[in-house]
Amino acid sequence: MTSAPVISAKSLSLTFETNDGPVHALKDVSLDIEKGDFVSFIGPSGCGKTTFLRCMADLEQPTGGSMTVNGVSAADARMARAYGYVFQAAGLYPWRTIGGNIRLPLEIMGYSKADQAARVARVLELVELSGFENKFPWQLSGGMQQRASIARALAFDADILLMDEPFGALDEIVRDHLNEQLLRLWARTEKTIAFVTHSIPEAVYLSTKIVVMSPRPGRITDVIESTLPKERPLEIRETPEFLEIAHRVREGLRAGHADD
Amino acid sequence: MQGQPALRGGYFWAREAGGRVVRQSFFPVLTVVGLLLVIWYAAAVWLNADWTYDKATRSGEVVTTTSLIQDTWAQKKPKLPAPHQVAAEIWSTTVGKNITSKRSLIYHSWVTLSATLLGFGLGTVLGTLLAVGIVFNRTMDMSVMPWVIASQTIPILAIAPMIIVVLNAVGISGLLPKAMISMYLSFFPVVVGMVKGLRSPDQMQLDQMRTWHASAAQTFWRLRLPASMPYFFTSLKIAMAASLVGAIVGELPTGAVAGLGARLLAGSYYGQTIQIWSALIMAAALAALLVGIIGLIQRATLKRMGMAQ
Repeated sequence: MTSAPVISAKSLSLTFETNDGPVHALKDVSLDIEKGDFVSFIGPSGCGKTTFLRCMADLEQPTGGSMTVNGVSAADARMARAYGYVFQAAGLYPWRTIGGNIRLPLEIMGYSKADQAARVARVLELVELSGFENKFPWQLSGGMQQRASIARALAFDADILLMDEPFGALDEIVRDHLNEQLLRLWARTEKTIAFVTHSIPEAVYLSTKIVVMSPRPGRITDVIESTLPKERPLEIRETPEFLEIAHRVREGLRAGHADD
Repeated sequence: MQGQPALRGGYFWAREAGGRVVRQSFFPVLTVVGLLLVIWYAAAVWLNADWTYDKATRSGEVVTTTSLIQDTWAQKKPKLPAPHQVAAEIWSTTVGKNITSKRSLIYHSWVTLSATLLGFGLGTVLGTLLAVGIVFNRTMDMSVMPWVIASQTIPILAIAPMIIVVLNAVGISGLLPKAMISMYLSFFPVVVGMVKGLRSPDQMQLDQMRTWHASAAQTFWRLRLPASMPYFFTSLKIAMAASLVGAIVGELPTGAVAGLGARLLAGSYYGQTIQIWSALIMAAALAALLVGIIGLIQRATLKRMGMAQ
């Protein structure tokens, strides 16, 4: 692939001014994400992985450097609805059904009624929640709610999916299941995914590219290209290849910590 | 996410009609009512005894325990009328009188109720509009909110006569001045509750709207307003009770001839304590009824919205 990167950050910095002096949430971060990549950001808290994701989404404004999304600024990309964002909490509206929640961004973006219905049905099928359209969020388990929130982010066909620790609050069994589903979904939709996590197995299992970050100041310490095949059964996590990548991620995280 | 504190609680009859809760709270409530009645009867004996002894001294009679109780519970102008005297008065002035009669408590209740409802409506609209302004406009947040709070520090008894006099001077009299006083008391809980309610969506929900590039109006109608509903109904209950107080207070300084406030005032002029107490009980029953109706609407609405499980 020779096309321009979908997301490109060049020596991006973000400094928060606090009462205790400036905090360097991000310092000199440069990274290109290609079309169809599944990129995980991993690192201890305070390493700026979420901040970096929020910069891509134009939810934070960098104080230095430049960032393009789909070739335009992050702000223009947001206004063009270039990405779907999945937060740590599902954040479904309790007064709307699952279908109603997924319809919400479509209503805001002005899709026709018929189109809305078709899209809701399609993304519900994609996250394997068909039949739950008329249920209220409280009638669903935490894992199902998070799947509904992924469906909501997919509904308006953005090419980019930004996910901020979407499975962080779920237990490991549910998480395994959702990881498998997410890989299937990624294969079917060919989206570009940026995924924040602090689980090493999750990062290695899902990604084509793993970005290891470290704090004070928030920066990238290693970028690991995964050698795993695109087809990944859960058992792949027992293979030597998998363990070697996991080992390298762990080394990267340790290196980032060596100076404190 | 579910089960905001504001949704919980509520009134026992509104929670689960015919359900476990009603049966469970029936006896505790009955016990409290019974206890209050006992205290009330005892207090009536204690407070009205002086008059009984005075009377007995003048006529040379001997007061026994039985005659003391009989007399203190049946005086014409007691310091504290006994519950059954108040009940009899309420019965005779509601069921026993034509509702168009000036002596009918229903007629007086209706006069007060109409001012209450008008003031409540005005207060709700004013309060909601102010809250929307405060949430969406920083200048209004800084400038209006202190005045809203200051308005409630002025004793309503002090400002009520002025409102009536000023409105009278410009030719407005009757229902509206009383409704204005009701509004003055009732808009406050609505402002405070709705500001809190409209601000109840968390940062994540607002960020989410931002990722969809939603307009301020879309965020208001689709997120802020529905999210504020539990707060709205809680405010309405307080506002309704305040409205009733406002309407009654509005009837006091004007020498109004009709309304529960007028009954209270007339009763105090002529030492008609039974009349005062029956008007008070009527006002309390009215408040309970109105607040209960809001509770039912709240329940139905939140259930329809999927916000009450």
